[in-house]
Amino acid sequence: MYYFDPHIHMVSRVTDDYETLAKMGCVALSEPAFWAGFDRGSVDGFRDYFRQLTEFEPKRAGWYGMAHYTWLCINAKEAENVELSREVIAMIPEFLDRPGVLGIGEIGLNKNTRNEAIIFQEHIDLAMRTNEQILIHTPHLEDKYMGTRMILDMLTDDSRIERSRVLVDHVEEHTVRMVLDEGFWCGMTLYPVSKCTPERAVDMVEMYGPERMLVNSAGDWGPSKPTAVPDFILAMRLRGHPESLIRKVVFDNPFEFFSQSRNFHFTPPELTEPAEA
Amino acid sequence: MSSPSVSLPLSAAEVLDREFLEIRAKLLQLAASLDRFDRGDGSVAGDERYELIRRGLDILRDASPEKAEQIQRLFSRDYDDNWQANLKMPLAE
Repeated sequence: MYYFDPHIHMVSRVTDDYETLAKMGCVALSEPAFWAGFDRGSVDGFRDYFRQLTEFEPKRAGWYGMAHYTWLCINAKEAENVELSREVIAMIPEFLDRPGVLGIGEIGLNKNTRNEAIIFQEHIDLAMRTNEQILIHTPHLEDKYMGTRMILDMLTDDSRIERSRVLVDHVEEHTVRMVLDEGFWCGMTLYPVSKCTPERAVDMVEMYGPERMLVNSAGDWGPSKPTAVPDFILAMRLRGHPESLIRKVVFDNPFEFFSQSRNFHFTPPELTEPAEA
Repeated sequence: MSSPSVSLPLSAAEVLDREFLEIRAKLLQLAASLDRFDRGDGSVAGDERYELIRRGLDILRDASPEKAEQIQRLFSRDYDDNWQANLKMPLAE
């Protein structure tokens, strides 16, 4: 089965990982802008990062036949520097018409602070002014419940937002229902220790249904597994779920969500295979 | 607005057959961790994290459903309904 990894940070991975993903059936991936492990010092640091996301990573993915898409922002950890955040937000439109740019993300909260919330709202305003889709990071561990509710408060307070064009990521058992009930898409991230295991992700598909649900590896520079989506596929099979249900979560849903972006152009593999002689 | 749930294709007995050894191993791992608290110098009895662990074990013993969600809430900070005013957010001022 081929699949789509809708959240993976390939700038942190080696080229061998692209090859492995292709061998495992990954045909396309989307890469949100995120924290590099250190706070960047200038807007030009972000401009170079966005060039990497829109120029070099699509090229590396293409070496193995995969499509690469991306999302742009300054992440919540660096949002404490409000002045730099505003410079980055003002610079982002330089890149929004580049091929493969799907929208603004991953924006969100980290420690649920005032500055994080202000910069989140300013990103939302940028997305509304430029008609972009939005991909949202929710906080980790003890801050996730409060932070997710704060994010939903800010989203639902903004009447300009089209909920079907917003993906709220890293949901877990205590946040998935509220995100779906408000009409947003949700992503389950397969980090076994700090987020979700493949088996628990299958549980949530069973409990809440497959509509508007995505699953991703969020592979990055920390302990993470870029091939976590195939682990989810196997867990679904071992439970006895049909291939059509698995495909809906790992391919049809991301395809449907991303299709709302003007820079998303993708032909499913079955439509590109050469006709038999 | 969530979609209709999907039936678990396995019976409860099949789940037990598949997961018994894994659950047994997880219980042993947990028991050994708690033993280490006892064998180490000092005590963690007054530590808030230890209390959370004890309350988590109580949730597992309880008969109520959706235990995973209950555990998640146990380890979460509570929602503050007045967060926008408390943080002096621009729109709340």
